[in-house]
Amino acid sequence: MKITFAEGLAKAIYESLAADPRVVLIGSGFMGLNVAARQMLEPALREFSDRILVTPVSELALAGAGIGAAACGQRPVVDLSTGSFIFQAFAQVANEAANIHYMSGGQTSVPVTFYSLAGMRGAGASQHSHRTQAMLGQVPGLQIFTPGGAEDAYGLLKWALLESQNPTVFISHSLLLGETAELDPGAPMLPVGKARIRRTGRDVSIIASSIMVPRALAAAQALEREHGVSAEVVDLRTIVPLDRQTVLQSVARTGRAVIADECHRSFGVAAEIAATLAEDGLASLKAPVIRVAVPDVPIPFSPPLEAELTVTAEKIAAGALRVLGR
Amino acid sequence: MPKLTVAERVTAMLRIRRFEEQCIRLSKEGQFPGHYHVYIGQEPTAVAACAALAAEDFVFSTWRNHGHLLARGAAADRMMAEILGKAGGYAGGRSGTLHLSVRELGVPATSALVGASLPLATGGALACKRRGSGVTVVFFGDAALEEGAFYEAMIIAAVWKLPILFVCENNSIPPAQRKRGQYTSSTLPAARLADVPQSLQIATEVVDGADADALAGCFERLVAEVRSGGGPRFVEVRCTRWPGNFPLWPELPGGEWQLAWAYGQQPDHADMAAWLQQSDPVLLYLRKQAAAGALDRAQAEAIDASVRAEMTAAVRFALDSPLPAANEAYEHVWAQGRQA
Ligand SMILES: Cc1ncc(C[n+]2csc(CCOP(=O)(O)OP(=O)(O)O)c2C)c(N)n1
Ligand SMILES: [Mg+2]
Repeated sequence: MKITFAEGLAKAIYESLAADPRVVLIGSGFMGLNVAARQMLEPALREFSDRILVTPVSELALAGAGIGAAACGQRPVVDLSTGSFIFQAFAQVANEAANIHYMSGGQTSVPVTFYSLAGMRGAGASQHSHRTQAMLGQVPGLQIFTPGGAEDAYGLLKWALLESQNPTVFISHSLLLGETAELDPGAPMLPVGKARIRRTGRDVSIIASSIMVPRALAAAQALEREHGVSAEVVDLRTIVPLDRQTVLQSVARTGRAVIADECHRSFGVAAEIAATLAEDGLASLKAPVIRVAVPDVPIPFSPPLEAELTVTAEKIAAGALRVLGR
Repeated sequence: MPKLTVAERVTAMLRIRRFEEQCIRLSKEGQFPGHYHVYIGQEPTAVAACAALAAEDFVFSTWRNHGHLLARGAAADRMMAEILGKAGGYAGGRSGTLHLSVRELGVPATSALVGASLPLATGGALACKRRGSGVTVVFFGDAALEEGAFYEAMIIAAVWKLPILFVCENNSIPPAQRKRGQYTSSTLPAARLADVPQSLQIATEVVDGADADALAGCFERLVAEVRSGGGPRFVEVRCTRWPGNFPLWPELPGGEWQLAWAYGQQPDHADMAAWLQQSDPVLLYLRKQAAAGALDRAQAEAIDASVRAEMTAAVRFALDSPLPAANEAYEHVWAQGRQA
């Protein structure tokens, strides 16, 4: 069946609440200002209203309550709303959630999920546009999920809520909510920690995650159509764990890599992939890797300024042509 | 003696109202993208607070900043250009509505994060204290009390005896409760907001946000107390939500606000009619001044006409202002000067 990203999220939330009484919702926005997507959550919010907590604008304490409840046997998901608001909760997420299992010598697990709609959503300006996956990737102990397709929105969120034994930062994206994918409800999910080859190709590997996935696919189609270039698209699905093997294998086949990343260029997800290729994949590379990422500039409000910084399908395709020497 | 004449107060309030109406119109026309927040129904608070301030004072605001900035003396045309993301805006289109600030008017930084302006404002007050003059006013909504930053800022202000006035604009109060102390919103258990700072030894006041005269008196007194070294003050301004703010995106229920509504005519909108009668601070003020013989309808009409002309010109300026060139995105990441 075909589902949208938003339907995948709503389905995961509904099924997780139904499957495990330890799942509680600390906040229940999930879909931002998207009214149609909000309606998809209605059945879950109605049926499980006793497990949905009213939330003041108190991100630090909401995150902390989720962590503490997880340490004490619950499986909370904390909706932090806009991705930038995780900074309000940073002390609890980075310094508590991430460390508890290790600091307790493995005694205490913290299966909490922090959900947020991160990224450049259009007109979010500097304080509502952050992509926090790279900076959170610097915190050992946090799993970071960055689905770029509807089936993974469903599968990864459900896995975080029902299966995970560790804290998860689930990076959703307003501009992905309407994206569709095929979902076979009976089939097992591609394991967490495995990247997904969304499109096979011979000439260049485009490595992507989150909102970069549909844009990388659009770039690959344009490259095929307009330039006869055969591009492979690797969807990382999760930043932590990171499937370095699939990336290295793809680049071993194509010999060229373009890394599309909505993080800022310096110290971003793309930087980590590039480092992996430099350390373990140099022999396969026929050309230096290219990062197509957001310049190291805060996100401005004005549409032409934001567009200048946005990683588009066109910029990804241009990167691919450059790495091919064209 | 109030710092503003009746005509000046009416002008200042109508400038905000007419500006916000233009914002709503321009958003609906698709002239700028994204969410935005208007100050309709809260006008006399910004006007009274800013009238009590001097040029050297600092003001910190939130996402709902248009009224604060206009009252502080910002130019409507440059504000509107900023809201439209144009090169002629105060930040060259970088801030948009959310982070509007005007450094030369003592509004150095506007945060759109709930509660975040309060710590910044304690820094403004610390700067005032260190230079030996000036005060800082910080405006915020009732939800700020749900953030930890609120308490931390209050504590610092109290311990350092900072010259700061905390202005909580509690804008979801049913009309009958505006003059009482009860807080009725869902997510904050405090029965009276003023209890919270009081428990930290900060003197507080509660004032009716629909009573422009009461607000004028209140802010003159509180700012004078802060200015004379009395330490921080907290005021809760109790407003009733304007019906245009009920939906997810602002609307103009009953159309543009009509001056005639203050003089007997009725809008064609039930929620709006009720709000006007009980809670519209501009309308209540106009009626009171008309009854007192201080400002008649003709005078009010003349003020409104000139305010409308100013806003029409502001919109024209904003629409005519060019969009910034793409490479402007890279400017102002770093302050110039001694570069690393
Ligand atoms: C840290 C943070 N969390 C959440 C939000 C989203 N948000 C924007 S306005 C708002 C409500 C604010 O209410 P209040 O403080 O009463 O101000 P009002 O808008 O009513 O003037 C929220 C939750 C935000 N901007 N910042
Ligand atoms: Mg409010």
